[in-house]
Amino acid sequence: MVTQNKEIAEAIGKGYQHGFMTDIETELAPPGINEEMVAFISHKKNEPDFMLQWRLQAYRYWLNMSHPQWAHINVPPIDYQSIHYYAAPKNTNAPKSLEDVDPKLLETYEKLGIPLHERAALAGVAVDAVFDSVSVATTFKGRLAEVGVIFCPISEAIREHPEIIERYMGSVVPFTDNFYAALNSAAFTDGSFVYVPPGVQCPMELSTYFRINAAASGQFERTLIIADRGARVSYLEGCTAPMRDENQLHAAVVELVALDDAYIKYSTVQNWYPGDEQGRGGIFNFVTKRGDCRGDRSHISWTQIETGSAVTWKYPSCLLRGEKSVGEFYSVALTNNYQQADTGTKMIHIGKDTRSTIISKGISAGLAQNTYRGLVKVLPGADRSRNYTQCDSLLMGQGCGAHTFPYIESRNPSAQIEHEATTSKISEAQLFYCRQRGLSEEDAVHMIVNGFCREVFKELPMEFAVEAQKLINVSLEGAIG
Amino acid sequence: MKDQSAMLSIEHLKVAVDGKEVLKGIDLTICPGEVHAIMGPNGAGKSTLSHLLCGHHGYEATAGQVLFHQKNLLELAPEARAQSGLFLAFQQPLEIPGVNNAYFLRAALNAQRRSRGEPEVDAMDFLGLVREKLALMQMDESFLGRGLNEGFSGGEKKRNEILQMLILEPSLALLDEIDSGLDIDALKAVATGINHWRNSERALLMVTHYPRLLEYIEPDYVHVLIDGCIVHSGDIGLAHELETRGYEWLMEKRGAMLA
Repeated sequence: MVTQNKEIAEAIGKGYQHGFMTDIETELAPPGINEEMVAFISHKKNEPDFMLQWRLQAYRYWLNMSHPQWAHINVPPIDYQSIHYYAAPKNTNAPKSLEDVDPKLLETYEKLGIPLHERAALAGVAVDAVFDSVSVATTFKGRLAEVGVIFCPISEAIREHPEIIERYMGSVVPFTDNFYAALNSAAFTDGSFVYVPPGVQCPMELSTYFRINAAASGQFERTLIIADRGARVSYLEGCTAPMRDENQLHAAVVELVALDDAYIKYSTVQNWYPGDEQGRGGIFNFVTKRGDCRGDRSHISWTQIETGSAVTWKYPSCLLRGEKSVGEFYSVALTNNYQQADTGTKMIHIGKDTRSTIISKGISAGLAQNTYRGLVKVLPGADRSRNYTQCDSLLMGQGCGAHTFPYIESRNPSAQIEHEATTSKISEAQLFYCRQRGLSEEDAVHMIVNGFCREVFKELPMEFAVEAQKLINVSLEGAIG
Repeated sequence: MKDQSAMLSIEHLKVAVDGKEVLKGIDLTICPGEVHAIMGPNGAGKSTLSHLLCGHHGYEATAGQVLFHQKNLLELAPEARAQSGLFLAFQQPLEIPGVNNAYFLRAALNAQRRSRGEPEVDAMDFLGLVREKLALMQMDESFLGRGLNEGFSGGEKKRNEILQMLILEPSLALLDEIDSGLDIDALKAVATGINHWRNSERALLMVTHYPRLLEYIEPDYVHVLIDGCIVHSGDIGLAHELETRGYEWLMEKRGAMLA
């Protein structure tokens, strides 16, 4: 057993490949948050007054809240007054095209294997790249505009489309929702905005790459996606971050709104710096993601591949309000070394004949702790609603842990709720079987882990599925390359 | 005693499992083209021999040596043993959920080909190859898309083992109770596959409880393993004798050896 554990430990102990810094001059506001800072951010973004007022309300509400303690994670106290709430790369005088973008920025993306121009052209993907807190490059806007799709930085949407923002922002995740949502509402600097008009099928996958770079600058993105009646959109979010020896806070809010017959697919590959092998450094990822199936027969599907961050606290959820609306959650969460993840979903059945599916795959290695926390709630009016939940955990080695906290609250006797859970290990016998056929131990581990994740990978858009598989392999790769 | 033409030569091999000696001095030589059967009562160490030869973790050779194609087999990692032509058909093939059967088989084939410096087989050529072998094994093409042994019946798993053998084309195959749990049709299909694979360059070592398998694959040599030692060897006639007399008389012989 001892030998096997050592071999597995080697096979998964590959260092983080995206650790480097870009030395672009960063415009940094002094650390700390107060009403002046909130006003400063709002002013920097040229926001209308309603936005400033909303931010201030959120800030005042946040002051009376305390850090949540219920998650199965261990976080050192965070000094919110030592965080920089505003950081912007300097050369951002509204670049109109890629040629206007600072070459250093493009270089960073190159190192990450994200050649913007090639990638966008080849894959037909529109990329709204967020560098620190300010969006610096947007492509394919024209093609989207032809069909009426608005895809832009949220700061631009606040200026250009205030009526949509005022109507929808905070309507899914109000600032009163939780500690981080309140802080985000007060201090968010940028993010993405998507509006797909009635009956329009968005002609391409929408993709944003987030990146945290400036020292100790908390990132507070805000994303809002609205699919109007009968609209369809697929949005991809992918992240990597450079290596740092200091914990960085990341507290995003993502709101999705699907009206009658609309469909939103939101896919995430998250690979933030998880800290080193001793658990130093790494990103704190405290995210509030929620989808509102507001219309009848609307459909929201979350897919996430989580391999990064020192601490993850994240529950992409669905409010199933419309009749016959559908919510889905497909998740792979991989934790290694000292990483901690407390992730899962909430499916709130409100409308009649609503359906939800939860497929969660947790992989723990090293000394990592991996927790699934899920809530399935059926309200009295949600006749004949159905949920199917499957939670599988895979343990690699002796020092890690997998935990499952399923909460089920049904207040309607006609509801059907199914929950299945398994915990397994990569067995010595499975590895021997693969090796006896001529596969190396490393290949065998990859194959078994990817097989374990298959039900989730197949939900990802094709090009993302390949990337996800690669990411899992990299996260598990051994010293021999 | 050393036979240059031998493919596998086992000399004075002693094997311990979890510190307990299970094989207590085995000598066995297998030449190309030969079929050997090892029979014996439960707990005699039959499966231990095949696991040790393939490098299963926890099986330790405490004495003796094993040469395979003139190489010291015991120094090699399990995958290197497979790559040099050794195949084990498992008594209980493992299930690996979510790993596509065809994907696994092609990955294994290409890993072996790479180790020999041969070009990899692409998906199209592989499909042609595997279809031909599926037909031989009377297996439906839907097997390719299923998870590796996932939810397979006992008979399906055994057919799948032989399918893998037909694709990987080892020079020495160890069959660990390939006949257990098979109905007569599955047994015939498995035997057909094995006989198709056999030629004058390849050799076979079967571990079995029952002489029934030997009706379909006739061995050149039959060895009886009792209490970690080969106590008696013969030809197919020995298998027939065991059927009527059982192992009792050989156990007595083993007792006499110890005394």
